[in-house]
Amino acid sequence: MNLFDLWMGTSQGIQGAPGAAGAAGVALQLAIIIIKVAVIVGVLMVHVTWATYFERKAIGHMQVRLGPMRVGPHGFLQPIADFIKLFFKEDVIPASADKPVFFIAPVISIFATMSAIAVIPIFNGFVIADINIGLLYILAMSSLSAYGVIMAGWASNSKYSFLGGLRSSAQVISYEVAMGLSLVGVMMMAGSLNLAEIVKAQQKYPLGIFAIPQILGFFVFMVSAFAETNRTPFDLPEAESELVAGYFTEYSGMRFALFYVAEYIGMIGMSLVAITCFLGGWTGPFHIPYVPFAWLLIKLYLMIFLFYWVRATVPRYRYDQLMKLGWKFLIPLALFNIVLTGAVKLLVKA
Amino acid sequence: MNPIVFGYLAAAILLLSLLAVTNKNPVHAILLVIVMFFHMAVMYIGLGAEFLAAVQVIVYAGAILVLFLFVVFVLNIREETGGERFSSVWPFGLSIATGLLLLAVILSGKVRLGAMGPYTPQVISAETHTKILGRVLYTDYILPFEIASLILLVAVVGAITLAGREDR
Repeated sequence: MNLFDLWMGTSQGIQGAPGAAGAAGVALQLAIIIIKVAVIVGVLMVHVTWATYFERKAIGHMQVRLGPMRVGPHGFLQPIADFIKLFFKEDVIPASADKPVFFIAPVISIFATMSAIAVIPIFNGFVIADINIGLLYILAMSSLSAYGVIMAGWASNSKYSFLGGLRSSAQVISYEVAMGLSLVGVMMMAGSLNLAEIVKAQQKYPLGIFAIPQILGFFVFMVSAFAETNRTPFDLPEAESELVAGYFTEYSGMRFALFYVAEYIGMIGMSLVAITCFLGGWTGPFHIPYVPFAWLLIKLYLMIFLFYWVRATVPRYRYDQLMKLGWKFLIPLALFNIVLTGAVKLLVKA
Repeated sequence: MNPIVFGYLAAAILLLSLLAVTNKNPVHAILLVIVMFFHMAVMYIGLGAEFLAAVQVIVYAGAILVLFLFVVFVLNIREETGGERFSSVWPFGLSIATGLLLLAVILSGKVRLGAMGPYTPQVISAETHTKILGRVLYTDYILPFEIASLILLVAVVGAITLAGREDR
């Protein structure tokens, strides 16, 4: 659907006559969207909760220890205990903090990461907002999520937070360029910015994925996704050995939990974008009956495991190495990928 | 566009801009400008220019204002917020702005609209804004586009030369 039509409230476009039937149609459409949002947010929050457990378990076993074991069988209820603890903790606000900005920063973080998921097609025909500029919208939201971090760093009025915030803003701006350029190849091959159409365009290619012809773009995208979500090896904004906890040093209780949740939603969101643009979205090598979103979930769990695997394996980058990697290696590589894709497309056509 | 929505957006944009220029705290002023940019992006969507809306958020809100924040962070906020709200030349600026506004009001009756182009809202809605914009930019307006790119490239090279002047 066109964003313009969504705005007008009619799927027939602007010629559709608004009237009594039109008003009822708008109300029905709105109700459907709200139900979809509630379902996605509910499922997402469950995934975020147990993603923390999965992370601690996976990294624990990689480091030859057990991870959480006490709460429930094999520590399965640990995230619930953590949530209760964070919820009832005192919310400490530093005396010299800029209060309105301090309050709003975690909300912006979580809002930006969560709203990016609205355009991801979960299975054929199921998406909250089926808009034409889906990919651009995701880039816009991911650039917005930097504000939460920058504002938190500044408003805390603490040296550690401030340095964490500055590092993060420089990092996110640099890697956003590489990420945007890495997706251009996908746009060229699919001929669309609509994510459902990108998934459908991949069916003509081997294994039904873009990751093979767009292997360079996929590589650049994944490295940028790690940097955008502040995950190891690019977690310099919260480098605990130098900056205590980086931008959220001064946060506690529920506000800290919001940042924590935003990080995991960001990770899930980036995984979903990678799956949709490079790995064939909801489609798979064979059909799984009754569960149309099965392949998406399998791919998502593998993707998230990859994030944990990298965290347990790769040490943190130094700051100048991080900038060098972004500007002198990933961006030229992404630009080369665009030229290559265009040339191959023209040669195949000729 | 729905007149109520337009009215809200126009009023919000004006109010947020006023708040931004009168705010003593530069960081708060920038945050108000971000909110204003979002209202402008919604306005663009209402006018059928969805690509422009996305670019408004990605480039202006996502990149340029972050650089603004970088600069403002280096300022000493306590010193900045302690001084006068406006610099001493504000009556001069106000008179220019009032003059321009009066000129616009006087001339608004004399404006003659040109002939309608081929891209009506119906055409844009059917073919999507992004596709049309890309095609027009890379065919009909390729020369101005390339000239603008060249000017930007010169600016980038100039900035790097200025910043990296000391001997290594």
